[in-house]
Amino acid sequence: MRKEEERRRSWWHQWGEETFAAYLFLLPSLVIFAVFVFFPLFFSFYASLTRWNLPFKPSFIGPGNYRYLFTDPIGASEFRRSIWNSFYYALGVPLNMAISLAVALLLNQKLRGVSLFRTAYFLPTITSTAAISVIWLWIYHPADYGLLNSILMRLGLSPLRWLRDPHLAMPALILMGVWHGMGYNIVIFLAGLQAIPTHLYEAAEIDGAGSWARFWKITWPLLGPTTFYVLVIGIINSLKAFTQMHVMTEGGPLGATTTITYYLYQQAFENFAMGRASAVACVLFVLLFVLTLIQFKVVGSRIHYE
Amino acid sequence: MWHSKRARRIAFAIFWYVLLGTTAVIVMLPYIWMISTSLKGPGEIFTYPPKLIPRAWRFQNYVEAWNAAPFGRYFFNSALVALVVTIGQLITCSLAAFAFARMEFKGKNVMFALFLSTTMISTQVTLVPSYLVLKALNWLDTYQALIVPFLANAFGVFMMRQYFMTLPRELEDAAKLDGCGRLRFLWQIVLPLSKPIIASQALFAFMSNWNAYLWPLIVTTSEHMRTLQIGLRYFVSQEGGTQWGLFMAATVFVSLPIVIFYLIVQKSFIEGIATTGIKGA
Repeated sequence: MRKEEERRRSWWHQWGEETFAAYLFLLPSLVIFAVFVFFPLFFSFYASLTRWNLPFKPSFIGPGNYRYLFTDPIGASEFRRSIWNSFYYALGVPLNMAISLAVALLLNQKLRGVSLFRTAYFLPTITSTAAISVIWLWIYHPADYGLLNSILMRLGLSPLRWLRDPHLAMPALILMGVWHGMGYNIVIFLAGLQAIPTHLYEAAEIDGAGSWARFWKITWPLLGPTTFYVLVIGIINSLKAFTQMHVMTEGGPLGATTTITYYLYQQAFENFAMGRASAVACVLFVLLFVLTLIQFKVVGSRIHYE
Repeated sequence: MWHSKRARRIAFAIFWYVLLGTTAVIVMLPYIWMISTSLKGPGEIFTYPPKLIPRAWRFQNYVEAWNAAPFGRYFFNSALVALVVTIGQLITCSLAAFAFARMEFKGKNVMFALFLSTTMISTQVTLVPSYLVLKALNWLDTYQALIVPFLANAFGVFMMRQYFMTLPRELEDAAKLDGCGRLRFLWQIVLPLSKPIIASQALFAFMSNWNAYLWPLIVTTSEHMRTLQIGLRYFVSQEGGTQWGLFMAATVFVSLPIVIFYLIVQKSFIEGIATTGIKGA
């Protein structure tokens, strides 16, 4: 009897107490995650199966919202366009990467003033998207006194309508996005470049390899994981983009910049169709989930291994 | 002489500075344009061709912009929310990180995976139900709505855990001998040894909350609850989109604090991104 009690006490002492304490330490985070991450996630699945137009109560309708998004003549065309627009916006990612890598290569030199340039390139990244969007709203002003138009006119070209032109609005947002996101990519690329051992370059130089060959034979393959990481994160962030659309175009003109996140926002907070919005959220979740899994699989989580 | 190694190096340096200098100017141009417009009167703004340097510097724009909307209130809201979230995150993250780094407990791997999985679920996906939760709690348009959902952060937990794991094991033994409990050990010994990671974690938390847009947009309805970013957007859209001198002045004072902040702490900020890949906003 006493032995049993002793055993129990020592179990409590060795495992029970520490386990109990550990969960107390995790508790604050767990509560927040439970209420604002896990519950909403499962609730989204449920809500996506209801017709729920605020301020009315939800009613269960099964896969009706998904049918609307994928087969309804109006719904499907809007939804397909929003997904198309999101991936169109993501075309800025490779463009951004090419420029960022070029700048990172330039910055990866032992010359004076490197940090000054790095500061300049990084400034747009820390400025809020809302502020950036207001500045570019003015740069893209369709009158002749808009900065970009005045440059075009000085070059002898005619002014453009930029954000008010359905064909130009998205390219305009992409251009701004490249400018905004460059600094982040440059920093990541620089870290990747600096991790490449210098003796490889020295050996290649002895073998008479030119700088072009050195880039394609050493830098590019060894930078592979970094490049892939930047690509996937860039696409994920493109799918999440919202602020610039809300400040600059409100999804227009003619829905040309209504991306999937913006479409979700419209359904939920302009039409108050919570069920339909939840169905969009579930599709977005699957897209983001797949992308994140790809990133974890190929590069590994940077959190885990670095 | 051109063929000498020294001459080639100088030629390369000149080429390098010109190339990087030109791109830097292009990158800075929107900022220069913003400041230039913020100092122009309406007469100068709407003329072609636009001049980069204003003829008469109109600092009055800043005063007028500041008074045209409750920007003081917006500043207060943004600062309060970002500050409380930062402090709250540091507390929840260091507690959880301590458990993961320095304690053995049942279900540790499951818990770790659970924390990791939250990083795959973004605000965009949980937007609607989170909004409904706040509505049910009657929290819409309150500071709780802006603060509470962000009081936990798995990225922060992982960053701190990595750091805590590097501290020597013997610390615990010494602390146990002194009869020091875990909380006191964390507060008095681990945290003071972890200043660099606390600083960069605080930085990320502050920046991303200061710059946040989507969440404050949907949970605030009255003007006096808006944060700076939302206030700026409504200022620009409500004034009918013509007062560009005032808009640019407002954009300057909305973005300036974070730029100054960044210039002061940029070293640890950039190192933080380079090692973790996380950034604010």
